[in-house]
Formats: sequence, structure tokens, C-alpha cells
Amino acid sequence: MVSSVANARTRLLAGSRGKLLNATLFLIIAIAVIILATKVATLGPAYFVQILVYGLANGSIFALIALGYTMVYGIVELINFAHGDVFTLGGFISLWLLPTFGVTEGGSVSGAGLILPLLAILVISMVACAVVNVTIERVAYRPLRHAPRLTPLITAVGMSFVLEGVMYLWRGPFNLHYPNVLPTAGIELGGANGPAIGFKDLAVIAIAIVLMVALSLFVERTKLGKAMRATAQDRDAAQLMGIDINRTIAATFFIGALLAGAGGMIFGLYYNTITFDQGFTAGLVAFTAAVFGGIGNIQGAALGGLVIGMIQSLSDGYFDTAWTQVLIFAILVLVLVFRPTGILGMRVPEK
Amino acid sequence: MMIFRTMRKVWATDPRVDPNPLVYTILTVGAILYPVWAQISTGGQGDFLISVLADAGVYILLAIGLNVVVGFAGLLDLGYAAFFAIGAYTYAFLASDHMVVTPLGEAIHLPFWIVLFIGLFVAAAFGLLLGAPTLRLRGDYLAIVTLGFGEIVPRVFKNLSVWTSGVNGISALDKPVLPLWLQGPWSGDSLEVVQNFKIISPMAFYVIMVLLLGICVVLVNNLRKSRVGRAWMAVREDEVAAAAMGVNTVRIKLLAFAIGAAFSGFAGSFYGAKLSLVSPENFGFTVSITILVMIVLGGMGNIPGVIIGSLLIYWVTFLFLPALPPLANEWATKIGLGGLVPPNGDWPGIGEEMHRLQFLIFGIILVLTMLLRPQGLIPSRVRQQELTRGVTEDQTIEDVNAETTA
Repeated sequence: MVSSVANARTRLLAGSRGKLLNATLFLIIAIAVIILATKVATLGPAYFVQILVYGLANGSIFALIALGYTMVYGIVELINFAHGDVFTLGGFISLWLLPTFGVTEGGSVSGAGLILPLLAILVISMVACAVVNVTIERVAYRPLRHAPRLTPLITAVGMSFVLEGVMYLWRGPFNLHYPNVLPTAGIELGGANGPAIGFKDLAVIAIAIVLMVALSLFVERTKLGKAMRATAQDRDAAQLMGIDINRTIAATFFIGALLAGAGGMIFGLYYNTITFDQGFTAGLVAFTAAVFGGIGNIQGAALGGLVIGMIQSLSDGYFDTAWTQVLIFAILVLVLVFRPTGILGMRVPEK
Repeated sequence: MMIFRTMRKVWATDPRVDPNPLVYTILTVGAILYPVWAQISTGGQGDFLISVLADAGVYILLAIGLNVVVGFAGLLDLGYAAFFAIGAYTYAFLASDHMVVTPLGEAIHLPFWIVLFIGLFVAAAFGLLLGAPTLRLRGDYLAIVTLGFGEIVPRVFKNLSVWTSGVNGISALDKPVLPLWLQGPWSGDSLEVVQNFKIISPMAFYVIMVLLLGICVVLVNNLRKSRVGRAWMAVREDEVAAAAMGVNTVRIKLLAFAIGAAFSGFAGSFYGAKLSLVSPENFGFTVSITILVMIVLGGMGNIPGVIIGSLLIYWVTFLFLPALPPLANEWATKIGLGGLVPPNGDWPGIGEEMHRLQFLIFGIILVLTMLLRPQGLIPSRVRQQELTRGVTEDQTIEDVNAETTA
């Protein structure tokens, strides 16, 4: 009761400042778009299309990670800091499995013969990540479900460091080369040396879309999905309705990590390099995406991922790569400060 | 059995068994005896050991500051190193020749003691700037905002290379100067009073550090017992209830945030002066986490605990882990596992593996402390009560009654 009063007060406060802020934000966005448009005009449309496709591919990976953040936050209101590292783990496990399945750069398996082994590796890495994430939940978060808020947040940071530590011990601090096995062919947009849309880009986008559609079907259509939505809405009421809360929460961590694991492998295949601590930055960017779309909101996370991916690739392509991350984290801070409910703003996080 | 249980309960809550006075005494005596021990045990070559503890002092200062934010007010700040960076760069800008190579074109050399406080205020101002809009948000959003801020600041320092020399950082910062200093046999000179004494020797840094720490501990302790301190704890435990009791929660949280940032900026300036070098690489997320691990392990909200935690973690990170590789190699050879020593394919050699342990150790400390002893090694007594008997959001008054009568 009291919290809703506090909530109303915050909303009122936000309302009085709202108009001015919206105007300023609109102005900033408008200026950015105009500068961008002039740059786009000078560099030609083919380049622009290529940047957009990069952005989509980029964004698909962020979206896959962001979904895990948003689902877990929606159900237990915890920022799972370890999630970004579960994503990295997917890359590491799949990198380790590649030679086992005979997939090497310039190896005997190629073309259509790649599909089966890659799919098998994808599934194994996804499940392995999911098992790790569920274990983390069981060991580090579940015992603290009724503890003060700060406690599970600190263990989450700790788990993130544990995962990074394990991967650091395993493969060291270097950038690891991830075999470039996907066909390099693509659609040329402007002559032989001009911009092109690679097969890789399309494959990444396609896999991400398949996974996201599967997820939303799962959440909308199945009984477990319904249980998840119910638990996210009101844990006590869900429990009274006979839903096994622990199982539902574990399932949420499982599914979130499936997507992150897939993202990890796709990231490796796409960028051909992985590092033990990439999950920290990628996780933070993906969290930005989740917040951007309204945390707890699955469609929002997917959309947020695409938007952030697009912003990143536009900034890389037309401005300065050194400032891209500063820009994205600035967006994170600004969105959290001015629109903590995200751009879709469907689920209002309660105080 | 019942009697024992009751006795234990009384023992656990008895204010007379508070370990803090004992810890303070040990720390004070230790701080005085340490340089003597360092010089005697190394036969007069103890400057390195003293310098190490002076560096550890910077981390203690940081931990005391973060403790105000996390331990007292219960706000998780994951970008604490950003304010540290701001303090250090403030010192670098205002007390070195560096400004000559920037568009400004003229060197600024303000005295150390003044810049120390400028660093403090600049960092506090940034704390206010970041805190004012974000502290309305719920706790975990604040953690993310500070994390984002902590990532932005070093990157900005790195990218603005016209002003900051980018990755190379700024070197040859001014050494602090004391207007008066008593020289004596302890520094290998004859006994005399010197003017404008340039602080270069580790011993001088050590003395200043210990004095600063002493002042800070007294200040923070007073703050904790004051009206503000009690308000922080009220906000930490239940923000809505605190607001209902008339605490201006946003203002009180902002105050904690700014004071924490001020400590960090202060420590940053001192760090810049001591090291005479700042570089954007020194202020990453690992630094923020190191400080968090220090206070979590030592005991959030309890200053002696935080100091012990800082010393422990500092020792592990900067002395124990770097010393481990040769030790591990030696042991492995002794017990017949000599094959583990050299690198072999994916195996980088046991020494290198030891070197890589830091992340894992930090993670395990954070998780295990939170799971097994959330109050830390030397707990704050109030905090311990809250953690073991506190009422959480999901509990009703019936639950609490049932628990206390059982």
C-alpha cells in the first residue's frame, strides 16, 4: 500500500519535469539524426545498407542475451550479473567442441555437411550453459531469495567473477581465434570490392529469429510458459494456484541461458574471436537493451537488442568506434534515469 | 539446552563483547610498530614494505568511503573506481607539467594539500550529478547506472587524448610538499627542522597516510552515530518506513553517495601523488570490485571490519598472488608433479595458472561471504541483527512472532 503511494509521488515528480525533458531528448535525437543523415548521404546508400545489416546481426546477438536478463528480472527481480558470462561460456564450450565434431577452418567438413555438426554443437553448448545457469540459481540465488536486496545482487557479481575466473584459468587472458567456418559468400551491393551482405549476417539473423519465435511461442502457448508469466506477476498468488515456484524459476534461468549460450556460439562464428571477459561488456550492453525495451518485457528486450545493435553499428560505421561504448552506456544511464520503464514501458517496475 | 541457547543469544547481543575496540587497538599499535618491524626484519631495507602499506592505505581509504555508500546507506555502487579516476586525473591536471601539451598550453602547479581537497570536491560534484537523477530509482537500477558510469569515465579519459594523453596516461606528477618537517635519524639524516620538505620517501607517505586514515575513521564514526548516520541505516533497512518517519530519503541517499564519491576523489588525488602517474587502465571495473570485496569480506557497515578486510584483500591481490607462481612451481617439483611446471599445449604451466586465480578467488569470496556469513568477518552489530533477525519483505508479522516464540 505504502509503496504505491511512494510510486505515485515519483510519477508526479516525473510528470512535472517530463515535458521539458522530452523536448530536450527529442532535440538531441533530432540533431543526431540530421548529422547521421548528412553522413549517410555522402557515403552512399550501399554502405548504409551494409551498416544496417551489420546492425541487425549485432542486434540479434544482443537481443538473445537481453532476453535472459529480462526474463530473470521479470520473475525474481534480480539482475543476473553472471548472465553475460554464461553467454561467453557458450562461446568457450562451442569452441572446445568444434574440433571434436570435425569442424575446423578449411577442414574436410564444409558446405551443407556443416549444418548437422554445427547444430549439434549449438544444442550441446546451449544445454551446457543452461545447466550452469540453473546451478548458479540453485547455489547462489535461491538460498538468498528472502534475504535483503543487496545480498543476492552481490552474489550475482560474485558468480560473474567465478565464471570469468574459470574461463580465465581454462584458456587464459588472450583473444582466442574462433574458426571461420561459415561460407564467406554474400550478396554484393556495389561492385566486386564494394559493400556486401554476407551469408554470415543472414545466418546470424535467421538463427536469432528462429530462437526468439520459439521462445515467444513457448511463453505464450505452453503450460510452463503460463506458469512463468503468473509467477512474474504475483509469486504468492501463483503459488496458491498450485504452481511450483522453484521449478518455474529454475526453468526461467534454464531458458534464458539457452538463448545466451546460443548467442555465445553465434558471436564466435560471426566475429571469429572470443575473450574470457567479453561477457562483461556484452552483458552490460544487452542489459541496456533489456532496459531500453522495458525490463520484464520479452518483446521489448528483442526490440531493444535490435535498436542497440543498430545504434552500435551506425556509430561504428559513421562516427568513431572508440566512442561507441561510451554512447551506449550513456544511453543506458539516460534511459534508466528518464524512462526507467523503457520505451515500450508496459511493465512498470514497482518500488 | 534451553539455557545454553539463551546464554548464546545474550552473548551474541551483549554490547560488552563488541570486538571493535580491540580491533582499533590492534590496528593502532600495528600501524606504529609496522615500520619498525619492516626496517629491522630487512636490516634497514624496509622501504619497499612501508611503501606497500602506504599503497594499501589508499585502498583502505576507498573502502571506508564505499562503506558509507554500501554499508551505511545500502546503495550498491559498482562504478566506484570512476570517482577514484576523477580524483586522480584532477590531481594530474592541476599538479604537473602536463597542461603544457594540452590546448591550454600552460602548466598548473597547485600545492598537493589544496588539490587533495579540490579532488575531493570535484568527485563529490560528479557524485551529486550522477546521484541526483538516479537515486530515485530502485536499488538494483542504481547498481547498473553506477556500473555504466564506471565504464564511461575511464573510456572518456582514454578517448579525450588531447587533454589526457589517452592510454599513455599522465606522468611526472608533482610530489607533495610539507611546509615544515622534522628530519631525524629515522630517515638517515641529522635531527633538524626543514622547510618545504618534498615528500619522496615511503616513510613520509606512510606517516601521512596513517594520519589521514585516523582522521577519516574518526570522522566517519561520528557520522555513523549522528542523525545522518541513523537516517542512512533507516533508509537501508526500510525506505518507506524511513520516509514515513520524516527522513528525506532522496536527500539522505544523495548525501551518502556524495560523501562516498568525495572519499574516492580524495584517495584518487593521493594515489596520483604517490604513484606520480595516472593512466585510464588503472580505474577499471576490477578496481571497483576489489573494493567491494574488501568491505563485503570485512563486514559491511563496520569500519574496523572494513579496514581488516581491505588489508587482507590487498595482501592477497598485490602480494600473495604475485608471489604464488614461483612457490607453486617449487612445490609441484617437490611432490613429483614437475611435469606441471612448463607450459604444455593449452596448459600454461602451474605458475601462470596461479597468477590467473584472482578472478576466481574474488568471485568465491563474494559468493561464500554472502551465503555463509553475510555480516562479514568483523560484523557491525546492528547489521548482524538485521541480517539474522530482520524482517524481510515477504514476511508477515505472524511469521516473525512464530519465529521468536519457537
